[in-house]
Amino acid sequence: MNIAHVLARKGGHVHTIRPEQTVREALAALARHNIGALVVVEQTDRPVGIISERDIVRALVEDEAMFARAVRDLMTRDVIVATPEDDLMSVAHTMTERRIRHLPVVVGGRLVGIVSIGDVVKAQRDQYEGEIATLQMQITDMPS
Amino acid sequence: MPQPGTEAQPLRVAIIGAGPSGFYAAEQLLSSPKLVATVDLFDRLPTPYGLVRYGVAPDHQKIKAVTAAYDKTAAHPRFRFFGNVEFGKHVSRRDLAAYYHQILFTTGAQTDRRMGIPGEDLGGSYPATDFVAWYNGHPDYVRHTFDLQQESAAVVGVGNVAVDVARILLRSPDELATTDIADYALDALRESRVRDVHLLGRRGPAQAAFTNPEIRELGDLSSSDVVVRPEEVALDDLSRAALDRTQDRTTMRKVEILQGFVTRPPAGRPRRLHIRFLVSPVEVRGADGRMTGLRLVHNVLQATPAGTLVARATDRFEDLAAGLVFRSVGYRGVPLPDVPFHQDWGVILNEKGRVLDPDSRQPVVGLYAAGWIKRGPTGVIGTNKPDAAETVDAMIEDAAQGSILDPTEPSAAAAEAFVRGRQPQVISYPDWLRLNQLEVEKGRALGRPRVKFTRVEEMLAALGR
Repeated sequence: MNIAHVLARKGGHVHTIRPEQTVREALAALARHNIGALVVVEQTDRPVGIISERDIVRALVEDEAMFARAVRDLMTRDVIVATPEDDLMSVAHTMTERRIRHLPVVVGGRLVGIVSIGDVVKAQRDQYEGEIATLQMQITDMPS
Repeated sequence: MPQPGTEAQPLRVAIIGAGPSGFYAAEQLLSSPKLVATVDLFDRLPTPYGLVRYGVAPDHQKIKAVTAAYDKTAAHPRFRFFGNVEFGKHVSRRDLAAYYHQILFTTGAQTDRRMGIPGEDLGGSYPATDFVAWYNGHPDYVRHTFDLQQESAAVVGVGNVAVDVARILLRSPDELATTDIADYALDALRESRVRDVHLLGRRGPAQAAFTNPEIRELGDLSSSDVVVRPEEVALDDLSRAALDRTQDRTTMRKVEILQGFVTRPPAGRPRRLHIRFLVSPVEVRGADGRMTGLRLVHNVLQATPAGTLVARATDRFEDLAAGLVFRSVGYRGVPLPDVPFHQDWGVILNEKGRVLDPDSRQPVVGLYAAGWIKRGPTGVIGTNKPDAAETVDAMIEDAAQGSILDPTEPSAAAAEAFVRGRQPQVISYPDWLRLNQLEVEKGRALGRPRVKFTRVEEMLAALGR
C-alpha cells in the first residue's frame, strides 16, 4: 500500500495557511477544522512550512503576545514531505522515528495532500484486519 | 414523513458491482442493528463475485472459496441480485435515484496503467489483466487471442497479478486441466511454446510486492526451474539498513527464499522462470508491427525524504529477446457516467466513502464508494471488509440524519419492474445458483471444481431463455 491509497479516501482537501497570516488565524483554523496542523503554502501551492498545535503551545509559554505574530515566525521550515508513491510502511517508520505527526504530500513541488500519523495507523490497522479476515475465510470457508 | 430504516419503510440501497466490496457492504448493511435496509446488488455481468471469479487464478481454488460467505449474504431475505444489468447502459444515476435512498459504487479498478514507453502497442504486448480475464473465462475476453507460439515471454511487475500470469504460463497443462480455467485457454496453453518467462521488477528483492507463499509456489512448480542472478538478489546497503531498522521478518524471509534459488541446481525441467530485479523496460522493440524484445535499463535504489526506496535508472542497458510481454504495472478505476471522478488517482472522489462534489468538495447526497474504486487497487480480498465498513458507517450515519435521496417510488416491486423494463434478461440470485450448479455438475464428471460458462448467451440458454 502506498500514500496515494491513503489520500484517495480523504477527499484531497488540505487545510493551508499563508506565511504572512497571523498565529491567531492559524489557531482559529485549527479549531474550526478540528485538526492538528496546517501546511504553510505560498501562492503557487508550494509548501514552505508546517505549523502545528504543538508549535503554538510551545511559543505561547515563552511569549503571551505571540498571537499577533506571523505564521512564518513560528512555522517549521525544514518540512519532510512525501510523494503519493511512498510506501505506507516506510512512511510509518519515518514518522515514528523522527517524531513527525503530519506529512505534506507533494507532486512536482505542489501540495496535493497531507497524511497524519492517525491516517497511517488506520491504514496499517485496516491492512492487518484485512489480512486476518482473508486468512479466517480461508481456514473456515465462512465469514468470521 | 417517517425516516426510512424501519421494517415498514426500509432504507433502500442500490450497490453497483457484485465483487467482494459489494458483498461486504451488503452484509454490513443487512446486519446493522441500527436500521433495516434492503439491498439490490447490480452487476453488468450475469455472474456475481467480480474478481474472485474473474481475477483470482484458477489454480488458487482455496481463495475462491470465500464465495461461500457471499452466498450466505445473498440468502438474506432483504437481498436481491440484478445481474446482467449495466450502470450507465441499462440504468443511470438519475433512474436509480427514483427508487433508492442510497447508491453505493463498488466497481473496482477495471483498467490497467500503461508503461508509457515506445512500442507498447506492438503485436505481442498485452495488459496482464486481459490475459487473466481470458484464462478465467470472462465473457468480454472470450474472443481475445494471445500468441503463445513465442518461446520467450516477459511479465513486467512483481505483484500478485504478474506472479499469476507467470505461473499460468509455466504450469503444466495437465495440472491446469484439474482447475476451472476456461476450456479455450487450456487448449491454447496446451499448444504453448513458451519456454522462458522473465518476471521483471524495477526495485530489489526486499521491495517486491509478491508474498512469500507466492514465491515458494513459483519455486515448487513441477514444470519449471527458477533462475535468479546473484547480483540482483543481493541486498544493497539501503535495503539492508532498512531491514535492520524495521526487523521485518517476512521481508527478510522473502530475500532468503530468493537468494536460495542462486545455489539450487536446475532440475532440467522444460520451462524456466527468470526472476529479475532492478530493471525497467524503456522500449518494446519490434519489426513489422510485432515485438521481438524489450530494451531494459538497470536501476539502483535511492531513498525518498519520507524513507521509501525507489528505483533510479542508470546508464546501463540490456536487450532481452521476447515475443510476448504482459504489463502489470498498476490498475485504475474507470469513471462512471454522472459520478465525480479523481483522474490523478483513478478513483471516485470521496471522503471516507462519501462521494464528493469536485467543485464544492462537499458530499453528494446519497452517493457512496467502497473498495478499489474508493481507495485504489491495494490489499487482499479481506482488506475490503474494513474498507466497506467505513463507508457503511457513513451511510448509516447519513440515513439517521435524513441526508438521503428522496425517491419517488421507494418500493422493491417498482424497482424490479423498472429494471426488467430496461433489461428483460436480468439474472437473479436463484438464476445464478442454478448456473453455479450446472457448472459444478459439469466439472464433477471431469474431476474439476467446475466448468465455467464463458458466454452470456450460453448462460441464458442454460436457464431456458
